[in-house]
Amino acid sequence: SVSHSQITRLYSRFTSLDKGENGTLSREDFQRIPELAINPLGDRIINAFFPEGEDQVNFRGFMRTLAHFRPIEDNEKNKDQNGPEPLNSRSNKLHFAFRLYDLDKDDKISRDELLQVLRMMVGVNISDEQLGSIADRTIQEADQDGDSAISFAEFVKVLEKVDVEQKMSIRFLH
Amino acid sequence: MEVVWAVGQVGAVWVAAVLGLVVLPSALGISLGISEAYMWVLVKTLEWATIRLQKGVKKPQPPQTPTANGIIERDETPMEKEIARLHRADFEFSHIFYFCRKGFEAIVEDEVTQRFSSEELLSWNLLTRTNVDFHYISLRLTVVWVIGVIVRYCLLLPLRFTLAAIGITSMIVGTTAVGQLPNSSVKNYLSEVVHLTCSRILVRALSGTIHYHNKENRPQKGGICVANHTSPIDAIILTNDGCYAMVGQVHGGLMGIIQRATVKACPHVWFERSEIKDRHLVTKRLREHVADKSKLPILIFPEGTCINNTSVMMFKKGSFEIGGTIYPVAIKYDPQFGDAFWNSSKYNIVSYLLRIMTSWAIVCNVWYLPPMVREEDEDAVQFANRVRSAIARQGGLTELPWDGGLKRAKVKDTFKEEQQKNYSKMLVRNGSIG
Repeated sequence: SVSHSQITRLYSRFTSLDKGENGTLSREDFQRIPELAINPLGDRIINAFFPEGEDQVNFRGFMRTLAHFRPIEDNEKNKDQNGPEPLNSRSNKLHFAFRLYDLDKDDKISRDELLQVLRMMVGVNISDEQLGSIADRTIQEADQDGDSAISFAEFVKVLEKVDVEQKMSIRFLH
Repeated sequence: MEVVWAVGQVGAVWVAAVLGLVVLPSALGISLGISEAYMWVLVKTLEWATIRLQKGVKKPQPPQTPTANGIIERDETPMEKEIARLHRADFEFSHIFYFCRKGFEAIVEDEVTQRFSSEELLSWNLLTRTNVDFHYISLRLTVVWVIGVIVRYCLLLPLRFTLAAIGITSMIVGTTAVGQLPNSSVKNYLSEVVHLTCSRILVRALSGTIHYHNKENRPQKGGICVANHTSPIDAIILTNDGCYAMVGQVHGGLMGIIQRATVKACPHVWFERSEIKDRHLVTKRLREHVADKSKLPILIFPEGTCINNTSVMMFKKGSFEIGGTIYPVAIKYDPQFGDAFWNSSKYNIVSYLLRIMTSWAIVCNVWYLPPMVREEDEDAVQFANRVRSAIARQGGLTELPWDGGLKRAKVKDTFKEEQQKNYSKMLVRNGSIG
């Protein structure tokens, strides 16, 4: 699991972001990070930290969300077969990504939801028509049960050849 | 009555000692070696403390290189390589992984916000304020720390405060006196003497040890001196070795008094608050100053705000549009002896000065770089970047394209739009439309 020094450093980071000094972070605190503010998916990523309807996240919540990005090899050390699946398992990483698309949390990525994410990533550089056809093609290729939406199972199937562990992991230096 | 007399005697001895050991040598520009002796003792003590700390740590620490001060491994693969790695050229659900990871990396550790807080030390330097992660190690270390606290607060602080008071008062009185003279070469000479002496006193007030390198490149009259900015002390560090015309905004209070006094003796360029918003006016006045080859070089800090001395941020192009020769200067403080960075959102100027005066010392290196001139095919921004690279390289600082103004302001949307444009180009180029 996470080492003592890593927790200390993350706590130090948490407090340096917490400008209001009240032990919780607000969306504005995240927005103050320039590299995050210019990320096309910045707002979605920030949202992932805040539970439904809440405006503040404490350190526990902060760590919980970050835990999705721990490298999978960290789990080799404590294989607990009977315990709950760790947050950074391949399945949970995929679930995290799925939730970035699925805004209304109905366990399906609809055409509209896909279009929203696409629009965030391309900005004003691609027309509605072109974007629509990209979305249609993407859904068509992944949709297996013909409901013109992508369920989590279909999502997993499309990404089965992708090295999710490597792409969705952050390594600590010590 | 007896007590008053005794206190008077002590006071007189104190003042005499200060005058004789500090002020007089400052005026004559010589050194008595007291600072050097103090620094030698200090260095030995800190070395001893470091060894004890390393022995006291239970687990063997991995060797920490100075640059690996980061928390995480940042993946620097550019977007094109990362996303278009898969031979399929169209949009994929997995494309969001790239932005997602970049976002999380930025949340854990980003290049910019860390520059607005003090640099972390690799090894504790016996100051409470830098005690981030270090625990009780041994009795001897604690005793040394306590002695350190007593020495710093009871001995050094009053001494430094006295010196600072003398320095500032002499500056005000001296420059006002010189200012009464009619304009002549004698006046200029005396003004330089006064400025230099007071700077030297103030540097001693901070227990400053400054190493100047490449003095042959020192800024000349009619030139513009630019340097990286870490604290208000930067100006004193530089005026300790030469005379400059300061540029800045008019303040109220003590600072205002100093400004009004010094401008009588030497043509510093002070702007009113309203004037500083008018960029053309500012450029015009500076251009006039620079064109007059008999005037002292002006001193400008193009970053516009204090950065924590680990990197150099964007240089505002205004200073590079004035024309004339630029004399770049790199200033690097040694954080082991005291943190010179002024975190203006955390401390006001008085707390800052108090912290500086209760540190061990201010140790820094100043490099004078060869003069640079804007070339024919360069615009102001490119020139500014060229100068900035030279300074960053010399001082061993990271170069960041970010604006120091991000300390307070939000980042411009244009950067996000640029990323969106790059991503769109990838999609379109790979022929996924239609």
